Amino acid sequence: MDRENRRDPRREIIKERLGGIKKIIAVASGKGGVGKSCVASLLSLALKEKNVKLGLLDLDIWSPSTHLILGIKNLSFKEDKGIIPPTIEGIRYLSITFYESLRALPLRGKETSEVITELLSITRWEDTKYLIIDMPPGISDPLLDILRYIPDSRFIIVTTPSLLAFETVKKLITLLREQKIKIEGIIENMVYGNSIKEEIEKSGVRVLTSVSYEKDFEKSLGSLKSLRNTRFYKKIKNLRLL
Amino acid sequence: MHEWALAEAVVKTVFKVKEKENLKTIENVKIVIGELQEIEEEIFRFALKEILKENNMKIPVEIKKERALLRCRKCGYEWNYQGKNLNQDEKETIHFLPELATAYLKCPRCKSPDFEIVKGRGVWIERIEGTQEER
Repeated sequence: MDRENRRDPRREIIKERLGGIKKIIAVASGKGGVGKSCVASLLSLALKEKNVKLGLLDLDIWSPSTHLILGIKNLSFKEDKGIIPPTIEGIRYLSITFYESLRALPLRGKETSEVITELLSITRWEDTKYLIIDMPPGISDPLLDILRYIPDSRFIIVTTPSLLAFETVKKLITLLREQKIKIEGIIENMVYGNSIKEEIEKSGVRVLTSVSYEKDFEKSLGSLKSLRNTRFYKKIKNLRLL
Repeated sequence: MHEWALAEAVVKTVFKVKEKENLKTIENVKIVIGELQEIEEEIFRFALKEILKENNMKIPVEIKKERALLRCRKCGYEWNYQGKNLNQDEKETIHFLPELATAYLKCPRCKSPDFEIVKGRGVWIERIEGTQEER
């Protein structure tokens, strides 16, 4: 047995903590600001409408935002032999903001990985059959931790039609493929003008949907009712992922 | 009560080691608890005992506490964790996720938040002693 796994008891229990979950979907991108958190939040709302037992884990340690999108305030977790994520609209929800919401967390990669390991090892995802993970941008420790702890997770990748964003997304696709991680597809978000759908398809990954830029989307943040009325939500709701 | 979750993790690891290393019996487990996480030793011990009992096991467990040593990555200064200036919420946060200490603590010498936890972070297993299965 690997020396670190022998010493660090948290690593062994993670598989068991996530063992009752049928499907784990990580929403990721190489770039920041492409709409990962919005996709993860809207996807959670959409799946919940299908009566799925669902969890949403905001793993963006440095800049969590799903709580702002979903208008989650004053929620805290329950403790019972670990952490039980509270429910919002029937969705089990966990974010680093439950622990610290106001201050900057100047964490290096090693420390970020410790936080993720601790969170995964002490959280009990009760009544959860599907788990959506909102990933931080980039190809660093959080992504590597998901590959290490949840190798059977599936990825939805988000990009904008900017070749600058897609350049990094291509690197992410290569890495996930090398690691034999299943990619559900790519969501092209904030399309304004030319779509890069053809360019995306050249990568061999299917385009799940293209979402055009929605000028007033910002105004719907924090209100579930308004979010459900956006074109973005309707597009996400039409995805067939289960 | 997340002491219980950590105790479960310890027991799970001990069983895994027993299986992987083909051990007939486990004679002793030595666990270290880091000061930073402020684990309630009594609750942790109770949880360990109960979880082992549920698995029809009784293993002597030694628990050692380790002082938390922090080192500034900017100026190299080393210091011991002093939780006395923190409020209850901040201590509670560090109890769950020790690395979040970077939100509240700074190097006493240069005030940088860029420090590492050298010693005394959380719970880990120092030693598992057992007897090997005869072949």
